[in-house]
Amino acid sequence: MSLLEVKDLKVRVEDREILHGLTLTVNPGEVHAIMGPNGSGKSTLSHVIAGKPGYEVTGGEVLFRGEDLLEMSPDQRAAKGVFLAFQYPVEIPGVATMNFLRTALNAQRKARGESEFSTPDFLKKVREVAKSLNIPQDMLKRGVNVGFSGGEKKRNEILQMALFEPAVCILDEMDSGLDIDALRVAADGVNALRSPDRAMVVITHYQRLLNYIVPDVVHVMSKGRVVKSGGKELALELEASGYAQFEDAA
Amino acid sequence: MNLALAKNETGRAVSDSFAVARDRLPGTGRVAEARSTAFEAYESVGLPHRRIEDWKYTDLRVLMREVLPLAPAPDAAALKRAAAALKLQAVKGARRLVLVDGVFAPKLSELDGLQKGLAIRTLREVLEGGDASLQAQLLAPDNANPMVALNSAMMTDGVVIEIANGVVLTQPLHVVHIAGGAAPAAMFTRSLLRLGKDAGATLIESYSAAEGAATYQVHDSLIVAIGDNARLDHVRLIEDSREAFNISSAVVTLGAHAHFNTFGMNSGSAVSRYQATIAFTGEHSRVETNGVNLLNGRQHADTTLFMDHAVPNCASREVFRAVADDRGHSVFQGRIIVRPDAQKTDAKMMTRALLLSDEAEADNKPELEIFADDVTCGHGATTGALDESLLFYLRARGLSEKEAQALLIQAFVGEAIESIVDDDLRELAISAAQRWLEARA
Repeated sequence: MSLLEVKDLKVRVEDREILHGLTLTVNPGEVHAIMGPNGSGKSTLSHVIAGKPGYEVTGGEVLFRGEDLLEMSPDQRAAKGVFLAFQYPVEIPGVATMNFLRTALNAQRKARGESEFSTPDFLKKVREVAKSLNIPQDMLKRGVNVGFSGGEKKRNEILQMALFEPAVCILDEMDSGLDIDALRVAADGVNALRSPDRAMVVITHYQRLLNYIVPDVVHVMSKGRVVKSGGKELALELEASGYAQFEDAA
Repeated sequence: MNLALAKNETGRAVSDSFAVARDRLPGTGRVAEARSTAFEAYESVGLPHRRIEDWKYTDLRVLMREVLPLAPAPDAAALKRAAAALKLQAVKGARRLVLVDGVFAPKLSELDGLQKGLAIRTLREVLEGGDASLQAQLLAPDNANPMVALNSAMMTDGVVIEIANGVVLTQPLHVVHIAGGAAPAAMFTRSLLRLGKDAGATLIESYSAAEGAATYQVHDSLIVAIGDNARLDHVRLIEDSREAFNISSAVVTLGAHAHFNTFGMNSGSAVSRYQATIAFTGEHSRVETNGVNLLNGRQHADTTLFMDHAVPNCASREVFRAVADDRGHSVFQGRIIVRPDAQKTDAKMMTRALLLSDEAEADNKPELEIFADDVTCGHGATTGALDESLLFYLRARGLSEKEAQALLIQAFVGEAIESIVDDDLRELAISAAQRWLEARA
């Protein structure tokens, strides 16, 4: 069974239709890249999959392991194994990162009927993952993302991904605001999480990121639809010729 | 016309109550005279209403309607209920001083092995026993505020604590107010804390009801005198029953180089008002006063602070957070006066309200009156809802709506709680906030 199936999805925000019938099938172990110009609907797709309020689905469906994802609340989706790495992770003053991580992890485990992590086990796990991502311990004591640099915020997203072990990771413009060194660290973190059971959907504007996270499938989005799909060479083709050809096609 | 009628009826009820209670109230001579004067002052106004500026948002004629009769001294059943409730109120390491239905309960209190330099008496003893200086201090609050006047007229019991010069208490004092009576009643308490020069203390006040207690009204007042170079850490937690009224006043004075750190949290009672006057009488002193209201249902909580900078070189900080859900109504009135001589005053006040429903209300009234020209003063106020983008982020990480809200509410009130210097007191406040959040979930 496919892990994630988006079928003929139509989405509206206020009076404007953003997605006009988008279809996408993601299988376990695959890494998909979704590329497209600004305004093509890439972020809308990621938000709708994660359950962000404010979007009206007017047609089509989104299935996760065959279950209707759109019927679930955002927290139910997270517990099922859907993870969105935010383009702009929010700052939450007054909520210590460590406390947030533990609350979130245990909420997900509880929803799945699993036992909660004990404090020592949890700390051990967080420390291991943090170390591998170059995240200093004192960052974990600070408010969630408060005063973090762009790179630190993205690494914090990947830290959560590693900790929650989701089945599908959607990475929304992970490269935005990162310099080349920060990008490499983040991409290494993501690559370490690639596994035969896990799928990733990498949303990006630029081909650059795909040098570091090499996709199995590349989709080109334009005006709310997938207009072309292909192998990783499609990304290079886009780099050379730009999106204009597809805008006409859409 | 209606208002006049209401006042008359209210007035008569209390008048009867005062007449009946008079013989039971401690003190004769000067004390009894002061009671009569205070009662006349109260009666000339009656329950304060919205046309009195200071009570604009907390109209007791509408909210409270009447003053209940004076609670009888607790019987065996009330004491038993209170003893059971006390177990939940216990603060580790603190010395308990318990008032049940407004009357000091020696058997539930811990009076043994007092540290040298610490003296604890009951209000009744002091009003009857006649230490002139203590009596004068207890009778000092002026009658301009009707609810202070009513308390002065009816005060029945309380604790009178003296800490000698240079004595720093090793054990926090916990004044526990418990309602345990089986019939609706009002309790009138007044306590005094006197800290000598170079002294130090931690005072906790808590208000709650025993299981099975009838509805009640708390009318409390606290008088605090902090000597030169002395320090008081103070926490008050109102977890009264949801039908209860709590009208409390505090009058605090600080000498020179003194420090007062005070925090109040209100998560109980139907209607509450905490009115505190804090006056600097010596230079280079500092006050941090912080508060949190956690309200839902139809709860109404009013915090009214008056910071009196009468002398130079003092600093005050007020941080206040209100969370109102359902039809909860939070009121914060903060008045700061900087008198002409009070140069180099540093006074700041920040109040923020979080509204969790469309029908919740928060009123903020900051007032700064500055008569000195070389001062740093500021205030700010905000009111808003929970940030949707933060809520979504938390939900996308697996937290339910209530859990996500709870985490953000904790963070919001945390800014006020974090200002509590003492670790144990801070934990106490955090757990009281958690109790409210858990009851909500």
